[in-house]
Parts: sequence; structure tokens; C-alpha cells
Amino acid sequence: MSNTADIIMIFLVLTNLTLLGLSRLGACIRIVALQGVALGFLPLILNDWDMEVHLVLFSIVIISLKGIVFPWMLNRTLRELATQREIEPFIGYGISIIAGTIALVMCMWLSSRLPFPEPLMSPLIVPVAFFTIMSGLFLIISRKKALTQVLGYLVLENGIYAFGVALVRQQPMLVELGILLDIFVAVFVMGIAMFHINREFDHIDTDQLSRLRS
Amino acid sequence: MMIILKFANPILGLVIAPFLLGVINRTKAVFAGRTGQPLLQPYYDIWKLLRKGAVYSRTTSWIFRAGPVLGLAVTLTAALLMPFGGIPAAIAFKGDLILFIYLFGLMRFFTVISALDTGSSFGGMGASREVTFSALSEPALLIGLAAIAKCTGYISLTQMFSSVVPGLWLHSGPALVLAGVALLIVFLAENCRIPVDDPNTHLELTMIHEVMALDHGGPDFGFILYSAALKMWLLGQILIGIAVPIHSGNIWLDTSAATVAMLLLAVVVGIIESSMARLRLLHVPQLLIGATTLSVLALVLR
Amino acid sequence: MILALLLIPVIAAVLSLIVRNDILRRIILIATAISHTAITITAWSVEPGALWNGWLMLDKPGLLFLTITSVLFLACSFYAFGYLAGEAKSKKQVFEEEAFFTNAPEAIFCACIEGFLATMTLVTVSQHFGLLWVAMEATTLASAPLIYFHRHNRSLEATWKYLLICSVGIALALLGNFFMVIAATKPASEGTAIVLNALIGQGHNLNIQWLKAAFLFFLVGYGTKMGLAPLHTWLPDAHSEAPSVISALLSGALLNCAFLGILRCYQVCCAAGEAQFCQGLLVLFGLISISWAAIFILGQADYKRMLAYSSVEHVGIMALGVGIGAGATFGAMLHAVNHSIAKAMLFMTAGNIIAIYKTKTTKDVRGILSVAPITGVLWIAGFLAISGIPPFGIFVSEFTIAKAMIEQGRIGIAVAFLGILAVVFVGMSAAFLNMAQGPKNNDLQVKDRPAKAFTILPPIALGAMALMLGLYIPPVVNDLLHSVASAIGGY
Repeated sequence: MSNTADIIMIFLVLTNLTLLGLSRLGACIRIVALQGVALGFLPLILNDWDMEVHLVLFSIVIISLKGIVFPWMLNRTLRELATQREIEPFIGYGISIIAGTIALVMCMWLSSRLPFPEPLMSPLIVPVAFFTIMSGLFLIISRKKALTQVLGYLVLENGIYAFGVALVRQQPMLVELGILLDIFVAVFVMGIAMFHINREFDHIDTDQLSRLRS
Repeated sequence: MMIILKFANPILGLVIAPFLLGVINRTKAVFAGRTGQPLLQPYYDIWKLLRKGAVYSRTTSWIFRAGPVLGLAVTLTAALLMPFGGIPAAIAFKGDLILFIYLFGLMRFFTVISALDTGSSFGGMGASREVTFSALSEPALLIGLAAIAKCTGYISLTQMFSSVVPGLWLHSGPALVLAGVALLIVFLAENCRIPVDDPNTHLELTMIHEVMALDHGGPDFGFILYSAALKMWLLGQILIGIAVPIHSGNIWLDTSAATVAMLLLAVVVGIIESSMARLRLLHVPQLLIGATTLSVLALVLR
Repeated sequence: MILALLLIPVIAAVLSLIVRNDILRRIILIATAISHTAITITAWSVEPGALWNGWLMLDKPGLLFLTITSVLFLACSFYAFGYLAGEAKSKKQVFEEEAFFTNAPEAIFCACIEGFLATMTLVTVSQHFGLLWVAMEATTLASAPLIYFHRHNRSLEATWKYLLICSVGIALALLGNFFMVIAATKPASEGTAIVLNALIGQGHNLNIQWLKAAFLFFLVGYGTKMGLAPLHTWLPDAHSEAPSVISALLSGALLNCAFLGILRCYQVCCAAGEAQFCQGLLVLFGLISISWAAIFILGQADYKRMLAYSSVEHVGIMALGVGIGAGATFGAMLHAVNHSIAKAMLFMTAGNIIAIYKTKTTKDVRGILSVAPITGVLWIAGFLAISGIPPFGIFVSEFTIAKAMIEQGRIGIAVAFLGILAVVFVGMSAAFLNMAQGPKNNDLQVKDRPAKAFTILPPIALGAMALMLGLYIPPVVNDLLHSVASAIGGY
């Protein structure tokens, strides 16, 4: 069903743009979770719902990590913080959305320049994966809070995941292991770092992390 | 018969458009648990205003008087470009959608300069807000229509809407949905509905459109109300054209289906207005930028 | 043999976590370092066999970088022995602020530093790009707790930046891996496994556009870890906040390992006939790094940060050397060796200075030569070595690179290169000489304590090596450097 893949890709674009324009941290966490769940179904969809054991397992792991574990961790951190739940961007929401739109058009152009050796399930996969990666980078750069930077990293991660799962059919093991390891890093390292930052600073605003200059 | 058919849309608009306002008001009343005003109240209002005399400030010039008349004329001209259900447009040529959009631009221009003409600070404030928001909603409308044009392959309104068929929905559904949502937001913004503007408010600090019409009275104000109703009727037809792809060939069936759809749209607007609060003025640009983004998406993803 | 190289540090790490006795743990650390170096040196004469279908193999570039890592680790382990003995267990004051902190448990320090060695070894022996990526990711994980050894908010900030920026970089490198797989995909047939030799063999059948994209992402991804400007922002913070011995390892070994990751992809691009494209990018990033670092070295108030920016400058020189190609490739490889040795020596000496003066601010340190003569001499010698003054090795490598530039007629780049080096020299000399000379600052409580052999001998040994490489390069080393250079498209 290439159409289902298309719809997931469009959903991805919409969620990215929403993230660029949202101001509430809680809502952002939910949207990243939704994105993760939608992406979790991608390997199954791309294989025509062929229920191979390892594919199903992979999907379940991805969905439970991206859809349940991450949001739970992030929400817990958010609850424990007695800080504002607004994002406080360096770059305003309106401009972020416009930048996102321009980036999307650029990604479309870029992917038209990189012809893919094999026929694809959906022509949108390459540009949308690029766009998701760029949105993630943008979120990391343009937002102040450590929590939003983690969200940005997760979005970046989602983009790479979409790219890997959808395109790299030659070496599925490599892709799956790579993705899982990347996620592992996201969970543990970021979780630990956030825990310590929490304890040290009582709030997780990376803007306060600016004693080290030049 | 052909002549009548050609002018059917403006005439139908003149007859039905105020009724839409009545439907919206009644829906809101039902949701609020009130009886509400009669469905035909907008007609009574316009009739009452047309019978009154007008008072003109000594500081105003001919522009102030020309504004409302031109607004109505321009809207009726736009109605000539728009097909409705089984009724074809009176005038159709390649690229007429751009003319359609900018006829509304012309109308806005006259509304704005006649508001500025009085020299009152309220008029100026309303004008500046109107211009700001329309500058943001115009690209959304233009790009949204361009997206539909790209889906259908035609750049004339008549051909464009006649080729929106169920098959097209299967083929490029996502793009149409995105463009449709963007156009719905533009529809709400351009017609000064909640969440962008509250048509019932008379608090100067938050008013956008209403504040420009404050200095007009009598028949002039009647014209303004009438052209506003017509504008809603026409912009609604874009939405209906996308969302109701019924082209049976029978003129009566198609037109009545479209009319029913218009009334349903009015109900939907009523529901939106009862369930949402007006956005803070600062957040309106964000909403409109979002609409533009959706339009761009529809254009790009197609 | 490769397995031994990998397993010894891992086992040592596990032991370090189990063992309760501090002294025993430190002895394990030194024993690990010695045996690792011994095996590495054996590998020079006896080529170790390939493992896992050639996924693990020690080729010439791998051997070079493995040797650098191993020797540095040996020096660092001795230094760490002295350093850990000197670190008080009780609460200590942050130099810059009125806050107190404690250290992380020593067991974690030892386990992580040994794990760090294992992961860096894995980087040097991986032939499979996916495995290389895993190893690179693992170096980040192993080294993050080391940077956060002093548990206060400044080092936490550095750790956070290190983790976030490097994770993003590594994630982009994963994308580069995917591109590499796509480049190796051929329609209607099984693609090539992304093992280095197989890809080099398939060179001309690769999809050029995707290969170029892959190189770009590898360069950005691993370049972040390597500290190429403008992706270097984590580097000065991490280097200045980590314990000096860790800074030495990060600068001398980790940056090189990341560079190896880029070189691996560069090898494939060379085989595909796309060397020109890659060289352009490398020259660009190299020049940006050198000039960026020069700007920040001038007027830098913290001497450890100055050393960190000097690392940015030197990785820039390495990238530039490989980008210039031909004879400069040899220069770049020699430079990698020289820089590692000189920079590790400088960081260790800086650690000794901190131990005496309790500050990282350049202007608060005066008269090292009179307070601690050996450290003072080492500090001056290190300065001369790092800025490429003739008897030291960096002069030879920088000279080789500049010579290749002029031979190729790229006079503009050569002039810019030498000009920036002069600027860096001026900027560093002011700071270093002021610190070394002059009277002892009376306001500051300088604790006169006897220099410990464990913290003094490693920098002396490294200094001697830096001097030796400038005067005489042993033929074995020379041969290895040349064969590495020819493996990556130079001579």
C-alpha cells in the first residue's frame, strides 16, 4: 500500500511543522510520541503487512520505545520540574514555521537531484525523511530548554529511522541494529544527563548552561 | 434562458447570501441554549438600513461614499467568475482565479481607504489590522487555489471545479484535504469569523473588520453588510467546490446539492464559533502562517 | 590478537568495577595499558589475522592510529596513577566559583577509561562501516562519564554539550552509513556489504551521487567528533572541564579516531574516482578550522581552553593535509602522530600546573619556572613543540604539508596556512611565556609540593618522543606512514 506510506509521510510533515509552531512542552511531547507510533508501523506497511516475526518484533519495540517509554520519561521530567512549561524559543514560532516550509521545498528539490537506484514505495520518503532530520536539527538549535533539545534529537532520530527503514532493504540487520543503538543512546544517556542537570540546576534551561564561553 | 443562467450566481447570491448569516446565528443560538433571532433577520437589517438616510462627516471626501458601493459592485463582479453547482460562470478564461482573488483585494483596498478617509483613529487601527491579516491570508488563498489547480490541471475556476470528481479524491486526496483545511482557515479569516475576529464584538481593542465600518451608516452600511454576506457566499463556494464533487449533469440537482452544502457549511461555521474562543490578536498571524504552510504543502506534496 | 586487544581492556573494566582496593585498581589500569601496548607493538611485526569475514582487520591506517592510541594510553595510565593518588576524596572547591563538589567514584573512572580504550581500539580495527559507527558511538558513551568526573555544574554543562552535539553528529554519520549502503546497491542484484575492501574493489560500480552524499554526512558527522570548525563547539568546554589526563586522551586519541572514520570513507571515494570532490571539502573544513581556532586562541583567558582550540587548529591541519593530497598526505599522517604526542604532553603538564596553582586562568599563573622548574621547562618545550619550532616533530610535518602546497602551485592556500600559523604562534607565545617566566605571584597561595614521578615522567617521555620525531624518524615508522599515505591516495 504505497498510499498508506504516503499518508504516514504527510502526517510526518504535519507533525514536524506543528512542533515548529507549538509553544507547550506537554503538547510537543505528545506529538513526538504520535510521530513515533506512526513510524513504528512503517516497516510493516512497507512489507505489505507481511507478518514476519522479526519485523513484528522490531515494530513492537519501536512503538513501545518511541510511543510509550520516551513520552513517559519526558513527561516525568516535565512534572518534576517546577518551571514554566512554555518552550521559549530563540527563533519565533511564525518564523520557525516559515523556515520549515522553505526547508521542505528545499528537501523536495534536493531529493529530485538524488535519483534512487531502486523504485520506491512512496516518492515522498526521501524528501520527508530529510525534512524530518532538518526539523530536528532546527529544534535543537533554536530552542532553549534541554528538554526541547532532547525532543529535537528524537525528531532527528525519527527522520533517520524513516530513511533507514524505508530505503535500505539490502542490509536490514545493520539498519535495525543501528537504529536500536541510536535509540539506546537517546534513552539512557539523555535520561542520565537530564537527571543530573535536574539535580544540579533545579531547572533544565540550557540557556542557563552558559558559564563556558568562547 | 442562457442569459439568466449566466447571471444566476450573482442573483442567487443576492437572494441567499444573507440567509447564511441567519443560519450561522441560529446555530450559535441553539448551541448557547437560546431561541435566537429569526432566520431572516439579516434581510430585515439590510432592508431597514437601506431605507434610512446617511450622515456624512464634514471631513470625509467622495472616497468615503464610494467605498461601500464599490465593495458591493466588486463582489458581484467576482460572482460572475465563480461557477456554482450546475451553474457555469458567466465569464471564464485561463487564470481567472487570480482575478477572482484580487477583486477581493480591490474591495479590501476601498474598505481600508474609506476607513482611513474619516481620519478617526479607530478606523486607522482597524485598517492596519485588516491589511496585516489580509497580507497573511492572501498567500494562503492564492497558493491553496494553485494547489487545486495543480491537482486538476486547469487554471480556470470553472474547469477546475468541474474536474474535482471522486476519482481525483482517490488519486490526490491528501493534497485536497490540506488545501481544503487551508482554505477553510482563510474562509474564516476573510469573513471575520471566530477564531480570527468576532463579528458580534463591539470592543474596539479587539475588533478588526467591524471597526472600519463604524463610521458608515444607513444605506452605506447596508451595502457593507450585503457585500460581506456575498463575500462569504463566494469564498464558501470554493470550499464547496472541493468538498462536494457532485457533477451529475442535471443543473437542478447539482445546484440544489451545492446549496444544501452551503447551508451545511454555515452550520459548521456556527459550530466552530460556538466551540472555540477568539484567538489572541498576537496569535492570529501564526494561524494564518499555518494556513499558508498547509497550502504550500498541498502544492508541494502533490 | 585483535580479540586480545579488544578483550583485555573490557575485562580490566569489569575487574575495576569489582575490585574494592584503590591501589589494586590503579595497578590493573597500568597493567592493561602495558599489555595493550605490548600487543600493539607485536602487531607491527606479525600481522594479525582478520576476524568475522574481514569485519575486524588491522590494516595499515588502523595500525597507525591504534599505535598512537595505545602509546598515549600507556602514558596516560601512568599519569592517572599519580593523578588519582593526588585527588582528595573529600569535597573540593570549584576554582572559578564558591561551590564545592566531589569526584565520581574512582571505580567508575577506571572502568570508563578502560572501556574508552576498548572502544577506540574497536574504531581502529573495524573494517565494516556499521561496526565503525557502533564503535564511534561507544567512544562517546564511554568518555562522557570521564568528562563528568569532577561533579560540579561546569563539568556537567560540558558533558551535556559533548553528549548532545556528538550524538547529533553520530546520528548524521548513521545517515551517511545508510547512504553508503544505497551507493553500494545495484538494481536487481544483491548489493555489496559495506566492508572497506569490498567497497574499494567495487569502486567504479558505486552510485556516485549517493557516495558523495555519504562522504558529506560522514564528514559532518565524524567531523563533529573530530572537532572540525564550525562543528567543534563541544570541544573547548569538554577539554577544559575534564581532568587533564582525560583531555590528553580526548585530544590525542579520540580526535584521531574520528579522523580515521572520515579517512575510511575517503578511501572508498578515492577508489570511486571522486577524490577531487572530497579533497575540496577537506581543504575547506581544514582552512575554516585553522582560522577559527586562531581567532579564539588570541586573547584566550583560560590556558586549557587555549590548548583545546589548538587541537581544533591541528585537526584542521590534518584535514588540510589530506585535502591537499600527494606528499601532504604523508605530512598529515606524521602530523597526527606529532600532534597527539605534543598535545598529550601539554595537557599533562597543564594538569600539573593546575595541581600547583589551583586555577585555569592564564593571568593568575606566573613564574612556573621558579616554582616548579621541571614543569616550567616542560611547558615551554611543549609550547615550542606544538607551534612547530624546528627541533620538534610538528615542524617536519607542517613543513611537509606546506611544501606539497607550494609544489602543487596552491600558493594562496600556502600563504594563508603559514600566516595563520604565525598568528597562532604569537597568540600562544604571549600566554605561555608569561606563565612560565616572571616572579611568583604573591597573592596566590602556591603550594610547594614535591613533583611526583608519576605525573612528571609521562610528559617527559612524550616530550622526548616529540623531539626525537623531529630529528630522526625511525625507518619502521617512516615505512608505515608512507604505506598509510598511499592507502589514502597520497604518497
